[in-house]
Amino acid sequence: MMPAGHYLFLSLALFLIGVIGVVSRRNVIVVLMSIELILNAVNINLVAFSRLFGDVSGQVFALFIIADAAAEAAVGLGIIIAFFRNRETVLADEMDLLKW
Amino acid sequence: MLNSIIFYVFASVAILSAALMVTRRNAMHSAVFLITTLLATAGIFLQLRAEFLFIAQVILYVGGIMVLFIFVIMLVSLDTAVHQMQFARRKWVVLFIALALGFEVGFALWSTRGMPGHGLPVQMAAPADKLPPNSEALAGTLFHSYLLPFEIASVLLLVAMVGAVVMAKKRT
Repeated sequence: MMPAGHYLFLSLALFLIGVIGVVSRRNVIVVLMSIELILNAVNINLVAFSRLFGDVSGQVFALFIIADAAAEAAVGLGIIIAFFRNRETVLADEMDLLKW
Repeated sequence: MLNSIIFYVFASVAILSAALMVTRRNAMHSAVFLITTLLATAGIFLQLRAEFLFIAQVILYVGGIMVLFIFVIMLVSLDTAVHQMQFARRKWVVLFIALALGFEVGFALWSTRGMPGHGLPVQMAAPADKLPPNSEALAGTLFHSYLLPFEIASVLLLVAMVGAVVMAKKRT
């Protein structure tokens, strides 16, 4: 195994790229994909520490995160389809139905 | 030696295609680069001897979630969206948030450099040939210690499935 710091920095880089994507993109689908990237970066951390301490609990947790990501993607994409049907747009800053 | 070469190849592929994913205008290109990132991450899981998670990542993420994404990208009209502006007009906010987060986590990593596992080579990690079979160990832990969270996750997936169907259904 490599030193754990390498995995931490890889995870940090992917996490930051995901955050940049969430904040800067206007297309909601790409924002959702950036969230998937963030969840994935967390998984790298969990698996690296699971290997480091020889305890598979971290991998179990990563499995739960994958299940969560699937649920989140399904609901999020359902919302996007419903919204696109109503407003004909997928841009985040045109989604202002709840704005007073 | 071979281990570290594999790690660096997969890590650079993951970071490069993640950066490309965020910066491409076309949402379909972003999806393809995200698939590359996820596959590279799966390779890192394999390098960490998490074989079950490697399979779960390939089948669930790449085979399930990303197909769903591509389906939706094709469903909403792509052609008009490409020509619109893709980035919000707040470059400085984005840069500030990224730098602040990076500094924060980087400082946390730097300030704990003396702790075992960071920076120092790890004595604790078991050698690869001494590990128990991965799927077996994972199943044992999942179904003994984490049985209740497992059941709750299944309820969550059921709720998400019903929710997605209700959301995407055409109102009559």
